[in-house]
Amino acid sequence: MYCLICHQKIIYHHTWNSMLSPLSQICEECSIQLEPIQAPICERCGRPFKEPSICNDCLNWQRDPQYEKSLAFNRAIFTYNDRMKDIVYRWKYRGDYELVHLFKPYISEKFPQFYPNTKIPLVPIPLTDERMYERGFNQAEAIAQIIRDQFHNPIVHALSRKQNSHEKQSKKSKIQRIQADNPFKLKISINKPIIIVDDIYTTGTTIHHAAKRLKEAGSPAVYSLTMIR
Amino acid sequence: MDFPKQLTGKILLKEELPFEKDEIQHLLDSNDLIRTPSITKTFFQLICNRCGNKKHHLFGKIPCYRCQKTHFYCRNCIQTGRAMECTMLYEWTGPQANWPHETNPCAWEGTLTPAQSKAATAIQRAIQKHKEQLVWAVCGAGKTEMLFPGITYALQQGKRICLATPRSDVVRELMPRFQTAFPHTKIEALYANSSQKTGEGQLILSTTHQLIRYKHAFDVMIIDEIDAFPYHQDPSLHSLAERACKQISSKIYLTATPREKLKKRVSKIQLAAEFVPIRFHGHPLPVPISKLEWNLRKKINNKKLPQTLDSFLQARNPQRQLLIFVPTIHQLPLIKQLLINRFESLETVHAEDEERKEKVEAFRQKKYELLITTTILERGVTFPSVDVVILDAGHHVFDEAAIVQIAGRAGRSPIDPTGDVLLIHQGLTEAIKAAIKHIQSMNNRAKNQMQPTKIKRS
Repeated sequence: MYCLICHQKIIYHHTWNSMLSPLSQICEECSIQLEPIQAPICERCGRPFKEPSICNDCLNWQRDPQYEKSLAFNRAIFTYNDRMKDIVYRWKYRGDYELVHLFKPYISEKFPQFYPNTKIPLVPIPLTDERMYERGFNQAEAIAQIIRDQFHNPIVHALSRKQNSHEKQSKKSKIQRIQADNPFKLKISINKPIIIVDDIYTTGTTIHHAAKRLKEAGSPAVYSLTMIR
Repeated sequence: MDFPKQLTGKILLKEELPFEKDEIQHLLDSNDLIRTPSITKTFFQLICNRCGNKKHHLFGKIPCYRCQKTHFYCRNCIQTGRAMECTMLYEWTGPQANWPHETNPCAWEGTLTPAQSKAATAIQRAIQKHKEQLVWAVCGAGKTEMLFPGITYALQQGKRICLATPRSDVVRELMPRFQTAFPHTKIEALYANSSQKTGEGQLILSTTHQLIRYKHAFDVMIIDEIDAFPYHQDPSLHSLAERACKQISSKIYLTATPREKLKKRVSKIQLAAEFVPIRFHGHPLPVPISKLEWNLRKKINNKKLPQTLDSFLQARNPQRQLLIFVPTIHQLPLIKQLLINRFESLETVHAEDEERKEKVEAFRQKKYELLITTTILERGVTFPSVDVVILDAGHHVFDEAAIVQIAGRAGRSPIDPTGDVLLIHQGLTEAIKAAIKHIQSMNNRAKNQMQPTKIKRS
C-alpha cells in the first residue's frame, strides 16, 4: 500500500485492533501533520474552543432571526491547518478524487461518537451543474458515500443548487458570503431529522443556508458533519 | 492569435488550450489539431500518455460525472492538470512555427576564461552536429556563460531551445540573466504558478516537470544539474525530456557531480565529456572541514547548541552571511530557536514554504545574516559571500553529490573567493569522505591544468 498523500510505501503494524477498523491509507509522517479536533470544542459549530461553550461566530448565528433555529449543531473532524489546505486544494481544485479515502478511518472512529445509534438520512451539499462538470465529482457526496458504506445511513439528494452563483465562494469576502442569497432549492422534503454532509465549514454560511431550506420543509432537527472546521 | 507559435510542439489537455469551444472544433475539423486518448489501457498495465506514468498505484479511480462511468485518472501529473480515461490530449499538426533567425542575438559582453571557452566550443559543436555532450564543471565554474555561444549559434539558425533545470529557484534566477544576454529573443520562464507563460517562447527556461506540455518541440535541450533530485530518482522525467526533443536534436547535460551511470557512459566513449575543474575566478574550491560532535542529534533535540557550531560561530568572519543546512524540515524551528540570540536577523526556508521565493531573494539582498535551510538550496542558487555549515552531515540525505554541491555555495564571488565550509557530524560517513576527496581531486586537476608543464616534469 502506498500513502495517498506522499506516495511513499506504508509499512503496517498489524494488531487485533487494526484488523477491525479500516486501514489508514496515509503514512505516519503524513498523518501526524493532520490535526484532529480535540475537546474542548464549540458546542454548536464543533471548532476547537477554549471551553465547552458557544463561540462568537455561533452567537452571531443565533442572534440572526432568519437562521437562529436552522442548524442544531455541526461536528467536524480536522482543523484547517496548512497541510490540510494543501490536501483540500489537491483534492477539490486539482480533482485528485482518491484523496477522499484518507478520511475513511477517521469517519469510522468519529461518526458514531458524534451521532450514536442512528440511521439519520444524509444530505450532501450539492454543486451547480457547471461546477460539477468542471470538477467531475461532488466532494460532499463522496464523503456521504463513505458514511453510507460504513454505517448504512441513506443518502437523500434533497437539495439542488441554483445555477446563477457564478463566483466561487472563496473569492467573496465574509460579509458578501453571508449576505448572498440562499443558493439552494428544495427537491424533496423530509420530515425526519437530517445530517447535512460537506467537506468544510468555513463561515458556516453554506450549511446554514441548506439547513434553513430543510427546516422549512419540515425536518424537526438538522445537524451537520464536515471533515474540516 | 498566432496558432503555430502557440501550439507547435505542445501536447495539451482541453482545459489548457487557449481557445473557446468552437475554435477548437474548427481546428479539429481542419485537421490542424488532432486528439489522442490521455490514458491507454492494455491488458497488463495503464499508461498515462501525458506524463508517461506506468505505476499502478499512481492511478486513481474516479466516479466521473462527465461520462457517468467510474474510470482511471493519473495521479502522477495531477498537479499540472487531470488526465482521465475520458479526456483527450490535443496536438498541433498544422503549419510549424517559424522562429526568427537573429543575426546578432547575444548582448553579453563578458569574456570567457580559457577553461570556459573550451567547454563553450564543445557545446557549440554538439549543437551544430546534433549530438549529446556532457559538461562536467565544478560549482561556480560559470556554466551559464559557457552556454551563451552555443545558444547564440542556435538562435542564429532559428532553432528552438530549452534549458531544463530541477528547481524553480534556478529558473527564477536564470530568467533575468538570460533576458539581459538575449534582449530580443522571446524567452519564457516555466515553473508552477509562473507569471511569465506567454506560450510563444523560442528559448524556454523550465523546471523539468513543466516539460509535460511539450512533444517534439526543441532542437536543443540543455539539462542542467542532470544528477539532481527529482531528475535523478524519477525515470519518467527522463522520458519527458526525451519526448520534448525533436527527433533530430542536440542534448547538453550540465553537472558538477555526475552519477555513476553517466560516468560509465563517458568511460565507454558513448558520451562526449568536457571537463571544467576551475572556477571562473580561478580560485580553488573551498575544501570542507569535518568536525565530530558527540551525540549531535540528541543535543539538537534537547535544544542544546552543539559546541563545534558554537566555536565556529565565534571564530568566523562576521562580514559574510551564513547558510546552515539541516536534513529535515522538523529541525528548522529547533535550530532557529537555538540561534535566535546569536544573530540579528535569521530566517528558515524549505521546499513547501509559501514565502520561499521571497525569502531566498531577501537573503540574496543581505536582509538576513543567517538562513537555515533544507537541501532545497543545495544547488543552482548563488549568494556572493557566504559561509556554509551542514548540521548532521552524516544524515542520509547528504550524499556525496549533495555535500559537494553544498560546499560549492561558498566562495562564489571574485571579491571574496574563499569561504568556510563546516561539516558537523556524529560519525564520519562514506559520503563525507568521498565528497572531501572529490573536491580535493578537482582542485588538484585545476592546479595541473593551470600549470601543465609541471605535471610533465613530475
